[in-house]
Amino acid sequence: MDGLDTLKAKYLTAVAGASDESGLEDVRLAALGKKGEISALMASLGKMDPDMRKAAGANLNLLKDEIDAALRAKKAGLADAALDERLRSEWLDVTLPGRPRPQGSIHPVSQVMEELTAIFGDMGFAVAEGPQIESDWYNFDALNIPPEHPARQEHDTFFMARAADDARPPHVLRTHTSPVQIRAMTAQGAPIRVIAPGRVYRMDMDQTHAPMFHQVEGLAIDRNISMANLKWTLEEFCRAFFEVPSVELRFRASHFPFTEPSAEVDIRCSWEGGQLKIGQGDSWLEILGSGMVHPKVLAAAGVDPAKWQGFAFGMGIDRIAMLKYGIPDLRAFFESDLRWLRHYGFAALDMPDLPGGLSS
Amino acid sequence: MKFTLSWLKDHLDTSAPLDVLTEALTDLGLEVEEVVNPAAKLAPFTLAKILHAEKHPDADKLRVCRVLTDEGEKQIVCGAPNAREGITVVLCKPGDYVPGIDVTLGVGIIRGVESHGMMASERELELSDEHNGIIELPSGEVGQRFIDWLALNRPATVDPMIHIKITPNRPDALGVRGVARDLAARGLGVLKPMAAAVIAGGFASPIGVAIDAALKAKGCPHFAGRTIRGVTNGPSPDWLQQRLKAIGLRPISALVDITNYFTYGLNRPLHVFDAGKVTGTLRIHAAAGGEEFLALDGKTYTLRAGMMAISDAAGVESLAGIMGGEVSGCSEATTDVFLESAFWDPITIAATGRALKINSDARYRFERGVDPAFTLAGLDLATQMILDLCGGEASDLVQDGAPLDVSRAYKLDPARLISLVGMDIPEAVQRKTLEDLGFTLNGDMATPPTWRPDVLGEADLVEEVARIASLTKLQGRPLPRVNTGVPRPILTPLQVKERQARRTIAALGYNECVTYSFIDAEAARLFGGGADALRIENPISSEMTHMRPDLLPGLLRAAARNQARGFADMALFEVGPIFTGGEPGEQSLLASGLLIGAVAPRDPFGSRRAVDVFDAKADAEAVLAALGAPTRVQITRKVADWWHPGRSGAIGLGPILLATFGEVHPRVLQAMGVKGPAVAFSVFVAAVPLPKVKTPTRAALTLSDLQAVDRDFAFVVDAKVEALTAVNAALGADKLLIDSVKVFDQFTGEKAESQMGVGKKSIAFTVRLQPREKTLTDGEIEAASAKIVEKVSKATGGTLRS
Repeated sequence: MDGLDTLKAKYLTAVAGASDESGLEDVRLAALGKKGEISALMASLGKMDPDMRKAAGANLNLLKDEIDAALRAKKAGLADAALDERLRSEWLDVTLPGRPRPQGSIHPVSQVMEELTAIFGDMGFAVAEGPQIESDWYNFDALNIPPEHPARQEHDTFFMARAADDARPPHVLRTHTSPVQIRAMTAQGAPIRVIAPGRVYRMDMDQTHAPMFHQVEGLAIDRNISMANLKWTLEEFCRAFFEVPSVELRFRASHFPFTEPSAEVDIRCSWEGGQLKIGQGDSWLEILGSGMVHPKVLAAAGVDPAKWQGFAFGMGIDRIAMLKYGIPDLRAFFESDLRWLRHYGFAALDMPDLPGGLSS
Repeated sequence: MKFTLSWLKDHLDTSAPLDVLTEALTDLGLEVEEVVNPAAKLAPFTLAKILHAEKHPDADKLRVCRVLTDEGEKQIVCGAPNAREGITVVLCKPGDYVPGIDVTLGVGIIRGVESHGMMASERELELSDEHNGIIELPSGEVGQRFIDWLALNRPATVDPMIHIKITPNRPDALGVRGVARDLAARGLGVLKPMAAAVIAGGFASPIGVAIDAALKAKGCPHFAGRTIRGVTNGPSPDWLQQRLKAIGLRPISALVDITNYFTYGLNRPLHVFDAGKVTGTLRIHAAAGGEEFLALDGKTYTLRAGMMAISDAAGVESLAGIMGGEVSGCSEATTDVFLESAFWDPITIAATGRALKINSDARYRFERGVDPAFTLAGLDLATQMILDLCGGEASDLVQDGAPLDVSRAYKLDPARLISLVGMDIPEAVQRKTLEDLGFTLNGDMATPPTWRPDVLGEADLVEEVARIASLTKLQGRPLPRVNTGVPRPILTPLQVKERQARRTIAALGYNECVTYSFIDAEAARLFGGGADALRIENPISSEMTHMRPDLLPGLLRAAARNQARGFADMALFEVGPIFTGGEPGEQSLLASGLLIGAVAPRDPFGSRRAVDVFDAKADAEAVLAALGAPTRVQITRKVADWWHPGRSGAIGLGPILLATFGEVHPRVLQAMGVKGPAVAFSVFVAAVPLPKVKTPTRAALTLSDLQAVDRDFAFVVDAKVEALTAVNAALGADKLLIDSVKVFDQFTGEKAESQMGVGKKSIAFTVRLQPREKTLTDGEIEAASAKIVEKVSKATGGTLRS
């Protein structure tokens, strides 16, 4: 058996001494290869008598397993060392910038329109749309603003050119989103709940006015909707939109030809340190006009004012966007200055919804 | 509309403080824009008395006074000649701000003598221009506040001015009395009765009046007047001048000031002719057109046919209801006058005023509507005031026509009112409110007062009751939900697509713009627009004359502005309407993106490269995919002429145009001032077909366990053969077996031509064969390959590249 111990010591030493994979392979072939020393001993077992063979066989197998295990362990060790050696050379300056990814943005007007839709959609308002080049009937007459009404002059209306042989009154660029009320009621009848956000146009351009801006109209008609429902609806809207725990609204009597009674709506706020805070303070900020839909308007849209009643309101989308997000200048909304778009814009995946909070 | 508190109190018996009144006005719908309280700046000053005055030791013109004040005796140096012992003066103490000299006082040393304040002149307190000496008061106690003394003795000087905004429906509130009536109805005082004047005419008016028959029915139903002779037209009394000044009017003469007083006080515009300059009868008629008229504003107007005029034998003397004439106007020398009070049709007045661009107080009121029943009473009251202030003798009344009958009645439905407003206002309160506002109630029928032309139906009764009850008190009440449970979706499929398009493009790295819907004529023409039907008749600037036919002009202008700011690389987009015609509804929704410069900034990895057509195409395809467009579409070169003719394409679905993409035509870029090149895409959002079946269920996923086989092919073809021709031909070789065909290389240019021949290129694609039932044999693969080679060769005229 001394022979086997010598053999074992010889090969374990050789395994330990192998410095790379090919050296190790040479050791394996010398010991366990087809023509290897141990393989030769295994082959000689056949010539022994059965008793001897049994004992010698077991010893030889033990030796073979031992050397094989040593070979595997050494191989793994060599591979690890080689990998470590490679990794040592694989150094990069990870402070370099990542590959550029383009970063798009959503315009605040689009974002706020989706916020409005989320809030009013929850209260059962659908989104209605209408043409921006509008007939004067939809823009004025149907809304109880006859041609001679002083309110028509106050609208600073853009008129479309009219061909000389066309006797119809010129079409207008809609001065408000209210004509969508008429179109929606005419199409759908009552009961109805819609909001109508969109572009409107007035001939006005100075520090605080642009000739195009955005309004949202709201309309709810049913059997017994009251001005108190209007107030609640607007309170809920403002609380949700401005994302404050509570708001306080003040209705002030006013006049719009298409609502009666009419009210201007103020919201309680403070301007401490030049910073607008909605929902607290001693100031009031006018944010929208509203009222109960005038019976003549219902009738113009084919809805029987003896059976149906409800409210309408209209407010400036750009304006409430400015108030909520602290954007100072209306005209910049339409300038497309990249610096502005990136600063005040919203990420593509910032989709407003109620469970997550509109702006979070 | 402006008025003063004391003027209001002529009509309203009230003890309510100013801030309560102004808050109520705003709440009532008469929104207060401004309150100017002259007492505010005089608040610190008190009365004092000079006990002793002697010459300043070092100055001849100064006096050193010992003054008794509410804080004891003070020494004050004063330069006024009238500063002397015994007079009561107005004291400004150290620390007080003196408005007329814009100085906050301190303790001064004047030529070596200490001075503890000053004694003010009227000018120093902005009471008048008087500055010959300090104020000497005939009464008052030491320590009394000066404003209290003024309120008792010269109330007009501390009379607060209130400026309210009048909505078009409230002509009655264009007179102080109408404002007072609203406040009285609110419970803030009692409307004082207005005494009628009784004028006994002493002679027949030498000037007669006659309304042309054509105008009597509508334009001028009633015209009345009176001659007053022997008047003296000097300045009006102080109290009247003060009131007019307080509301921003310049006092002119007693006669003119009286008409202004009635205009603002009672919403009763009047006109005074110099009777000496009127010849014969005043005729109220429609202008024939072409008459020249020199108005009181010094301008000459040419009347158009149908405008209403008042003429005598000499010609037009007044532009009825809008402005009097210079020739027959009153002056200081006037002794005989003719006073006019008439009712004019609002619509005619508005049209004339607009056409001639005259904004007068009279026009403003007549076009909103004055009280037709007050024509004669107003004339009498004004006559009395002229007699009182200017003397003279009044003639008999002359008039033509009669007060317009505006009587009408509407039903008051108290229950409906409560249901509409959502406030529990008892019926008795509703009725009292209407009566306080001048309505007459007969059973449940309410007759509006003659001064409320705006009340034209039951809804107006509701509004009157609600605003007097105060909408500030309205309590919100929940709007019941339409459906219980989880809210239903509310957007239309197109609205959903609009959002998807917008969010997808932003996710691709574009910044959303909102540009104006109107653009300049040149830009419109470059993009197929500019037609007259899309022209704005009254544009606000030459850059906004036409409705946009496309979104690219707005984006290109925006790009040029950004380039001017130093941005070279940009990705801009807009989703919005474009206009195809001038009729309502001739608009459609477009989503356009514009890429200029490079796709990325310079970086260590060489990411930067110029944007090209295939960036725009990929983005267009990404948007179409997001919108659910089918994947098998046609690419054509049928594009509009603002695209580069060789580097642009259209994506279509049969006859439907889904999108266009490509380089913007270099000439267009140059015209728009954009440094190019620029690539862009436009997706016609509404053109993308909706899915035929509306179900959330997906088609079943079929997965094959059998190995797919990829085979690459390269063909030599003519340089202008399109890759899609080859791809479609390959796909058609075996529709069942061939799963996909993908182009992975093209080899063009000089080097390619040197290898393959002039005018040739190579395109390479990989075909994936997906067996369905059993693994493909070599023979089957060879057969399929041969079919592909045959089809592609036939379709492209090319050959397999060896």
